[in-house]
Amino acid sequence: MSDKQARVLPRAIIASMAFVSGFCIMTIEMLGARILSPYFGGSLSVWGSIITIFMLALALGYLLGGRLSTRNPSANTYALFFICAAVFSLPVIFFADFIMEPIFLAIEDPRYGSLFASIFLFFIPTSILGMISPYSVRLMVESEKDSGQMAGLLYFISTLGSAAGTLGTSFYFVLWFEVNQILWGSVIALIFAGCAILLSDYLRNLNTRSSNPSHAKKRA
Amino acid sequence: MRKNVRNLILKVLAGPVVFAFMTPAVVAETIHEARSKYRDITVTQVGERRCLLFNVHRGDRNQTCMMMNDRDQLVFDYTRMSFVGLLLQPEPESILVIGLGGGSIPMTFAELYPDAKIDVIEIDEAVVNVAEDYFYYSDTDNMKAHVDDGRPFIKRAGIRGETYDYIVLDAFSGDYIPEHMLTREFLEEVKKIMTDDSVLVANTFSTSRLYDHESVTYQRSFGEFYNFKLPTSGNRIIIATLNTLPPRGELVEASRRIAPSLEKFGISLTDYPRRLTTRVDWDMSRRELTDQYSPGNLLREN
Repeated sequence: MSDKQARVLPRAIIASMAFVSGFCIMTIEMLGARILSPYFGGSLSVWGSIITIFMLALALGYLLGGRLSTRNPSANTYALFFICAAVFSLPVIFFADFIMEPIFLAIEDPRYGSLFASIFLFFIPTSILGMISPYSVRLMVESEKDSGQMAGLLYFISTLGSAAGTLGTSFYFVLWFEVNQILWGSVIALIFAGCAILLSDYLRNLNTRSSNPSHAKKRA
Repeated sequence: MRKNVRNLILKVLAGPVVFAFMTPAVVAETIHEARSKYRDITVTQVGERRCLLFNVHRGDRNQTCMMMNDRDQLVFDYTRMSFVGLLLQPEPESILVIGLGGGSIPMTFAELYPDAKIDVIEIDEAVVNVAEDYFYYSDTDNMKAHVDDGRPFIKRAGIRGETYDYIVLDAFSGDYIPEHMLTREFLEEVKKIMTDDSVLVANTFSTSRLYDHESVTYQRSFGEFYNFKLPTSGNRIIIATLNTLPPRGELVEASRRIAPSLEKFGISLTDYPRRLTTRVDWDMSRRELTDQYSPGNLLREN
């Protein structure tokens, strides 16, 4: 654990997590227009509000995630991002109407109404999801030389996840499920991801602990 | 001599034009094109018939047409059918029309009921401009076009406690369906701006799975409603009220009384009562459309 270059998690796990986060970001974003339309309509500006807020939230998330990755990067912190993102997505399921109603009443212009509603509904969970990307890069990179390649690989996988989330949601999920059911799907996927990270870390620690004494015995 | 030469030149030049008009597919002259946030808008004219089209490149049909030599005449069945609600509410004092198009529905109302307050909601400002510039639409003291989305407009009207006697929902004729105006919650908001004397006339779909889903949704929200289809029209009209529907006999009587005032618009109201039916011709097991589940655009393709 003291070895700075030792990987905290297997690459396959980190890559899968990048996919899940990309998938969930776009699933929630695609549902955003459906969630806002009863109050703010289906005009182009509503989409504009949602995309703007997601972009700003991700931008902030990238910055904070990058900053956090410089201090003791650990599997626990990484897992916490997923679990927090899941928890902060819950208001979208439970309180969407409570959040949108006062905004609808206070702001006549649907452009600014939808902008504020997007902030209150989506900014925090999307920021947390944004933290995952730079943190994943930090956990994946072993040397300076392969840092660009690892970053590229992670962008590749998380963007594939985003594409899959976009297509899946807009083509199929909305035809099969209710909006809240799809959101629950995202929440559960994020919690599973967090648990998978913790489990993987736990098993790895178990292995290193049990294998070290045996190594010592053989050498002796 | 010079006149003859000029005539000759004119004839030579006009030759291909005349020939073009003689070919079986009459080529409509495009007199205006605009690209808005939502769609391509084209105005064409053949002879006296001027039409508004959305997204011609994707093969959409005419939205609305107007005869320039008889501007009162309503050219399409679905436009004429939108006045069927007069059978149930013959004296509307306040009218709400969602979806402007070329403006023929609100303009006809304005002519029929000059004292009625008419609100028209159109999401696309470019459509309002085209209606004003090419189809003689203009706001009056009593009639106003609002650039807004129908759903928030209705929600706000409901909160303010405003009601309308006659509501036309005509937002579904384009190529993209506003899914948030197909849901149960939306219909509950519409009911809030209705009184016991109000009538809702919704111009909607007659084909695809969406017909079933939509019918189930209206049924749950309003109970029994009148379904109105014409053999020549590709659409169907839903007529709904808060109260129980009046018997058909009353409608026949009303149609005889009102029909004369509608004749000049080409609306033969006396033909309508026998076309109205409450018969359930949809699959009642289909899922109701709600804000949680409303994939209208996907359902139409199936």
